[in-house]
Amino acid sequence: MITWATAAPAISATFLASIVEVVEAFTIVLAVGTVQGWRPALTGTAAGLSVLGLLVLALGPVINRIPLQSLQLVIGILLLLFGLRWLRKAILRAAGIIALHDEDLAFAKETASLTDAARRDATRRNWIAGLAAFKAVVLEGVEVVFVVIAVGAGRGLLWPAAMGALAACLLVLAIGFAVHKPLSRVPENTLKFGVGVMLSAFGVYWTGEGLGVAWPGHDFAILGLGVVFLAVGLALVPIARPSQEIPR
Amino acid sequence: MNIIRLILREFIGLFVDDEMLAVSILAVVAGCWLLAHYVHDTSFTIGALLVIGCVGVLLSSVVQGARR
Repeated sequence: MITWATAAPAISATFLASIVEVVEAFTIVLAVGTVQGWRPALTGTAAGLSVLGLLVLALGPVINRIPLQSLQLVIGILLLLFGLRWLRKAILRAAGIIALHDEDLAFAKETASLTDAARRDATRRNWIAGLAAFKAVVLEGVEVVFVVIAVGAGRGLLWPAAMGALAACLLVLAIGFAVHKPLSRVPENTLKFGVGVMLSAFGVYWTGEGLGVAWPGHDFAILGLGVVFLAVGLALVPIARPSQEIPR
Repeated sequence: MNIIRLILREFIGLFVDDEMLAVSILAVVAGCWLLAHYVHDTSFTIGALLVIGCVGVLLSSVVQGARR
């Protein structure tokens, strides 16, 4: 039986990860809609969502055939690769080593690129615009699909994990339609930091389960692992921050 | 074809961004697997080693990233 203690970390991980990805896809789709009209934007989005739907339909039966312990090990390793990569980047961004992701800048770049492409090739501009929306939805959506499957598949939590992702999509779309501009005020790096912590915790937990580790407290160990990664991540930010030279 | 290649490249990029980080994570997991397989120790010790290994890999990768 699924309890809140088990489902809550899965729901919050997919919800937060999906917010980050959906905001990025929304920025591109909004740029396409603004420059070229909503028809190619929505067509590209619908085609992208169809590809993602087919991907889920194809992966579902495959996942059910893999023995649980092997599935946990494979998903655990993938989550470790994915989660630690996100956490590393978020730490380096928080320390000022890597530039923060800027939705306004991404929107301006996509708008300029579409305007330029439309000027050069007026006959194919709807196609180019639709393709840009399609690419954004597929590329960001694949990450959402992976996080949902990775967090949910090991413990029968696919539905709660999918609900977390769906709630994030609806929230971003509702806010996006209301403000009608890039959602640049979303604290993206903070979200990525949190998601990196959670996915790393899930990654260690599933990898351990796949290796046959008996975690103390069973599923509650995920919360403990999350606290460890959060503490390490926060401690690493000032260590990574470049030291300021004192002017003479 | 270009789109499929782009999507594949992006998919691999989800897991491998910094090659050293990815290889180190796989080495930690492989070490734990060898211990679990040959020492037949599936107790909490393997879990603790996994946590320490991953934290160590993260620390080293962040410090190297900051130095670059």
